[in-house]
Amino acid sequence: MEVIAKRPETLTKTPFTYCPGCLHGVAHRLIAEAIEEAGLINQMAGVAPVGCSVFAYKFFNFDMAQAAHGRAPAVATGMKRARPDMHVFTYQGDGDLAAIGTAEIVHAANRGEKMSVFFVNNAIYGMTGGQMAPTTLPNMKTTTSPYGRNVDDIGYPIRVCELLDTLVAPYYIERVSLLSPADIIKAKKSVSKVIQYNKENRGFTFIEFVSTCPTNWGIDPVKSRDWAKENMLPFFKPGLFRDKGAEEVKS
Amino acid sequence: MEKILMKGNEAVAEAAMRAGCRLYFAYPITPQSELIEYMAKVMPKVGGTFLQAESEVAAINMVYGAAGSGKRVMTSSSSPGISLKQEGISYIAGAELPAVIVNVQRGGPGLGDIQPSQADYFQATKGGGHGDYRLIVLAPSSVQEFADMASEAFDLADKYRNPVLILADGMLGQMMEPVEFKPIMTQEEIDELGKQHTSWCICPNADGDAKHHHEINSLELDPSVLEKHVLQMYEKYAVIEKNEQRSEIFNVSDDNEVLCVAFGTASRIVKSAINELKKEGKSVGLVRPIRVWPYPYAAVAAAIGPKVKQVYVFELNTGQMLDDVKIAVCGKAPVNFWGKVGGIVFTPAEIQAKLEACF
Repeated sequence: MEVIAKRPETLTKTPFTYCPGCLHGVAHRLIAEAIEEAGLINQMAGVAPVGCSVFAYKFFNFDMAQAAHGRAPAVATGMKRARPDMHVFTYQGDGDLAAIGTAEIVHAANRGEKMSVFFVNNAIYGMTGGQMAPTTLPNMKTTTSPYGRNVDDIGYPIRVCELLDTLVAPYYIERVSLLSPADIIKAKKSVSKVIQYNKENRGFTFIEFVSTCPTNWGIDPVKSRDWAKENMLPFFKPGLFRDKGAEEVKS
Repeated sequence: MEKILMKGNEAVAEAAMRAGCRLYFAYPITPQSELIEYMAKVMPKVGGTFLQAESEVAAINMVYGAAGSGKRVMTSSSSPGISLKQEGISYIAGAELPAVIVNVQRGGPGLGDIQPSQADYFQATKGGGHGDYRLIVLAPSSVQEFADMASEAFDLADKYRNPVLILADGMLGQMMEPVEFKPIMTQEEIDELGKQHTSWCICPNADGDAKHHHEINSLELDPSVLEKHVLQMYEKYAVIEKNEQRSEIFNVSDDNEVLCVAFGTASRIVKSAINELKKEGKSVGLVRPIRVWPYPYAAVAAAIGPKVKQVYVFELNTGQMLDDVKIAVCGKAPVNFWGKVGGIVFTPAEIQAKLEACF
């Protein structure tokens, strides 16, 4: 029998712990495939966050560190500085990266640390049971914004790509969607490009995945993607903010 | 090697570099800023990493990442900054990583002041961060000892895969004394040291080796597995308690009528007072814990001579070591305490007066 799809070697055999319909598995797979294709399995190390993807250290089949909430970019900084021959990335959710870890992500980006950051934005805290995230949309109901996010009281969602795009050092910043097969194929190309830049130690590379949380949104997986397309994409517009690699090619 | 007149903050930095530290992450704070400034100068010269982090929180997490990569790494701060590092220290202890942390203590609580203090004894020896863990805590009393403790701290950290804290204070950090350094470790020696960690740390797969998947982690949701991990750590701590107690005895004899217990800067002043009292024919001994965890209970107990009427504890805090001394003395003599706080350091004359009142 011909094998047309298989688990990349960069993923362990440990079954994912994600809910049905969750897109973390898709994001993991894209990153794992890109690392395998870049031939980096022996020199790659990742950092898992606190949140739904806390167990990412069990899923990626290379060395992994698990970081305190929000601190993944600092931990990855220590790893890369200690072993410049390794290639490092962090995998972080919106609470981890855009709330408690705001300082660490901004300063790792500002230093131009030679690492990749994969940021999964699903507008909610998943692991702790559906609380409001810094990316929760205006008027969106969560367990800690039961009457809807009141922007007069708690402010607007943070657009992380736009925020990081104000800095000089970052090498690559892009927001991609995981909400359709076509989007996923497109996202894979971006992930591959970032892993290649990482392999070449080009600088700080950042990809935001617009994702879903069917469980905590209380919407079934298919409808979740429609909901996200209608509600998240207008606010978190996919797009390439920065690609110094492409600029270098042009000039 | 010739002696060099240096500040404690600079001496410990130089000694750490000589002991193979090539990674240093920290944030400025008085009275330890000469340490970070010295590292900023010396690390680039030896091909090391100096990184001024955005916060103490980030710095300790950089230490976590570098320690998880099996390299000698250090951070330093002063009291309020050490409080900020406690989360990361707990993770480092939980993941059983070797790392060295220097606390140049200042007066607290809160922002306190920038004068010398020993008010972080509880934080250093009784927890600090969350969860069941211990730090090995070294308490220098001179610039020379402060410097010597850098290599000692790295050796202990490597040996036990445990964070080691050097508990100094603003006096030791700022004071200049002659100091003699050990030779600079060669790159070959540093590389050789690193090999002891390659079975567990983040590192590339060597050619031809079986593929490894190392996890640097303190999370374990299965209570029975976490219980096993914590108990295994406690077995390690029991070995440390058995093998690693260190103390100095000063003027201890059967003639002692008072036995003092003091550590760090406080112990130096107590020694001066004891020497003065000696001239008056008054016999006072001192036990100085060189390491405050594991605590040298046995050494304190053994120093209580037949004529000792009183055990006297002197600290630059409100008596944070007192309970440990009471455990050691175990009712064999009354235990008294006197301390100065708020960053004020007692004088030899003040200590002498307190001791004279015991005769």
